[in-house]
Amino acid sequence: MNTQAQPEPAAAVQARPPMAMLAELTHRCPLSCPYCSNPLELAAKASELGAADWATIFAQAAEIGVLQVHLSGGEPASRRDLEEIVGAAHAVDLYTNLITSGVGLTERRLDALVDNGLEHIQLSLQGVDAEMADRIGGYRGGFARKMQVADWIARREIPLTLNAVMHKQNLDRLPDTIELAVELGARRLEVATVQFHGWATRNRAALMPTRAQAREASRIVAEARERLRGVLVIDYVTADHHAEYPKPCMGGWGSTGFNVTPDGRVMPCHAAHTIPGLVFEQAPGTHLGDIWRHSAAFNAFRGFDWMQEPCRSCDRKTRDFGGCRCQAMAFAGDARATDPVCIKSPLHARLQEAAEADAAAEGAELVYRTSPA
Amino acid sequence: MTAPAATLPETARPRLLRGVRTKFDRVRDTWVLLAPERTLKLDQIGHAILSETNGERSFGEIVDRLAATYNAPRDRIAEDAGRFLASLIDRRMAEAR
Ligand code: SF4
Ligand code: SF4
Repeated sequence: MNTQAQPEPAAAVQARPPMAMLAELTHRCPLSCPYCSNPLELAAKASELGAADWATIFAQAAEIGVLQVHLSGGEPASRRDLEEIVGAAHAVDLYTNLITSGVGLTERRLDALVDNGLEHIQLSLQGVDAEMADRIGGYRGGFARKMQVADWIARREIPLTLNAVMHKQNLDRLPDTIELAVELGARRLEVATVQFHGWATRNRAALMPTRAQAREASRIVAEARERLRGVLVIDYVTADHHAEYPKPCMGGWGSTGFNVTPDGRVMPCHAAHTIPGLVFEQAPGTHLGDIWRHSAAFNAFRGFDWMQEPCRSCDRKTRDFGGCRCQAMAFAGDARATDPVCIKSPLHARLQEAAEADAAAEGAELVYRTSPA
Repeated sequence: MTAPAATLPETARPRLLRGVRTKFDRVRDTWVLLAPERTLKLDQIGHAILSETNGERSFGEIVDRLAATYNAPRDRIAEDAGRFLASLIDRRMAEAR
């Protein structure tokens, strides 16, 4: 028998209550975007949580301090019970945001969603015309459908954000993207330069923007922000492979929010499963409060004690938290390493060279994401 | 470069846009403003301003009421409330008609 006192669990870092949760309601989607952030191994339909489980999860989330729920996928509208799920989130007073491609929504469903408490829609944009959008989304007629849905949203005055993933093939249309957002009456536009996680890792040569494109995008966004002040708010995710410092990934691991996968696994971010050795607890069987406070996966990179040099003694660490753990894993083979985007990382030069090579590549075929079983 | 409007005309009638609302956050014991993809913590002043803002009252009336309730100089209130509401308008969380 072990009579020694148990040591305190390694992470004594106090977790502040989470602000937001991302609910991946399903990995099913009629589109097959080559940069989809869903995992390469998609959750099967048969493994999806039911609406009652989601209701329990939302109640637990509200109890521990979550204020906003982002209903995402895959395509959430692929679920016939989306309306019921929205109602459950609203019933516990979560702010409800639907992240959708628009495909699968009808006027009747939009009305039901609003009746059940939906507060905001984020509509994804694969391009500014049917030729580009349908090719990138891998879905014929998708763009026309999306424009129809955008019109229904506008006529109902539902607050709208457009999310445009930008990459090598469409960055030159950024000014048109901004104009389209204004035309559609969106309040917000997210100009999200493609991040190389999930399916995008298979499409580096087809999607990696050039350094010149990245620089031009920053200029266009700055100009549009001034010109459209009070009309359109623009959030901008820069091309980090051409940057000198990493982004504060997730605002710090396990500090502001979490993801729940279609089968109920609770993760600090959507790519956390790419880090070997992390075990993700299952909701709603394990209470979200226990997971948030005690999960070894959430505690793994909280605070600063897990850091190595050069992050450990760097004064930017309180701002960027050493960058993205999944990117460190992917490039350095060590989730505790400095994000290789950082100029202080020994891998920075190699990351940038690889980015330049992929940016210069021509004619690479798109590898589309697949469908779950 | 156009500077953001620092205040509102006295006759403007401000209100929060649809999809933007206040909520008392029991877990953190504070008022918050919930908006698309944003959550703002409201201090006492911010909450007081939004409590008077309903789309019917003019900015002038809002300032009068706050000055009376808090027994504070009208200019100071006008400056604080004007800056706060103008910043919400800039961020597409409120509008003034
Ligand atoms: S990124 Fe594309 S494929 Fe992936 S869920 Fe969104 S719309 Fe579907
Ligand atoms: S060394 Fe680490 S903490 Fe410092 S800037 Fe780079 S990633 Fe951030």
